[in-house]
Amino acid sequence: MQELIARAKELLADGTVARVLGWKAGDLPYNPEPAYFEKEEDFKDFVYNSFCGANLSKFMIEASKLEGKTLVCLKPCDTYSFNQLLSEHRVDRDKAYIVGVGCKGKLDIEKIKKQGIKGIKSISGAEISDEADTLTIDTIYGEKTCAFSDAMLERCHVCKGKEHKIYDEIIGESKETKDAERFAEVERIEAMSPEEKFAFFRKELSKCIRCNACRNVCPACSCRKCVFDSTKFDSSQKANVDSFEEKMFHIIRAFHVAGRCTDCGECSRVCPQGIPLHLFNRKFIKEIDELYGEYQAGETVVEKGPLTSYTFDDVEPGIVAERG
Amino acid sequence: MSIEANEEFKPKIVAFCCNWCSYAGADLAGSSRLAYPADVKIIRVPCSCRVNPMFILRAFEKGADGVILCGCHPGDCHYSTGNFYARRRMTMLFSMLDYMGVENGRTRVEWVSAAEGVKFSTTMNEFVQKIHSLGKNVRLGDLRCRN
Repeated sequence: MQELIARAKELLADGTVARVLGWKAGDLPYNPEPAYFEKEEDFKDFVYNSFCGANLSKFMIEASKLEGKTLVCLKPCDTYSFNQLLSEHRVDRDKAYIVGVGCKGKLDIEKIKKQGIKGIKSISGAEISDEADTLTIDTIYGEKTCAFSDAMLERCHVCKGKEHKIYDEIIGESKETKDAERFAEVERIEAMSPEEKFAFFRKELSKCIRCNACRNVCPACSCRKCVFDSTKFDSSQKANVDSFEEKMFHIIRAFHVAGRCTDCGECSRVCPQGIPLHLFNRKFIKEIDELYGEYQAGETVVEKGPLTSYTFDDVEPGIVAERG
Repeated sequence: MSIEANEEFKPKIVAFCCNWCSYAGADLAGSSRLAYPADVKIIRVPCSCRVNPMFILRAFEKGADGVILCGCHPGDCHYSTGNFYARRRMTMLFSMLDYMGVENGRTRVEWVSAAEGVKFSTTMNEFVQKIHSLGKNVRLGDLRCRN
């Protein structure tokens, strides 16, 4: 982290960049938030640890409109989102100075709390330079420990790799944390009977409070005008009133990012109700892989995504019914 | 004495038909005196790719029991490529509906050209039969829209 701060200050001082986009410490030891740093003294709040899960790519849409370059800290998986935004001409490459920051998996505070660890005062072992496999958590009830991998975000268990896809320089080491099959959960649901599937999704989606956090955080959801804000949309700006609206919102949300979703997992991370939203996106990714060829959005800058192109011999939609 | 509701199931089916092929196909079916059930309500769209996934969800919301999309045969689109996009889009939507536990069979895509009046009427007859066997759409309806 010190190396990152030193380099950021250096670039800020020599005028290469006008501002730095990173994370500043929140009011609790585990909730850093994205922030801009423009002056040297701002850096006293700068933080980069294993709780910095936020994907900063989306902020670059606004930052691209500002005067001067912005230094942005991107983790390996965030660079996919940046590439995707670049493909869609939403960000300006010339306005960004990308520092690839090391990542060894990001932590989910909810998973720590679920293990019965409450009243957290401080957490050690979450620093990026720490090699430890366990977190030591100081709580008001005494010291507790927790395995690092048990506290990792779901998306880190299906890590896309430690390689930065786009960068100007890299600071820090990354580690691949993949230890689960990406589509395992999707396949488990697919194998259910229609009644079970319906019950499963109703149970999950009935928790939705329509806070729109999943939409607001999503790097692929970057339309200036959003259908969910339109007064013509039945359920705009209000809580879902019945199971249809819950489904409608989530199908449409996932559909709008189909073929563009890089599976960064931000939607599931920010959901205050803990709805596994990545299951929708991953279903589309799986279908695209199976029906139209392997495709990882954001791997490179591309002209056309799978849903904005076609081939003459694509499968017919009837395949869904035939597969059973 | 009580008033008994008529319990016989009359499915409501929405058919999105493209202006250039399937709508003309429906016309031909009519002028050739080929019968298809009156449960099918046709909505004319400029092209099959005009159909937004939300149209289909909205139709279900308002009480449709089945939705069918008809367009020109792939390669014959009036706008050259519209139905190719529609094909991918609908495949994605149908697989998502299946994934969420909505019976597959309530949605269908069929390519009907302007010369295929017979195909139009047999498709519609088949589809209505299918919806009859599936029964009322309860999983994708909005309670407030029930009459």
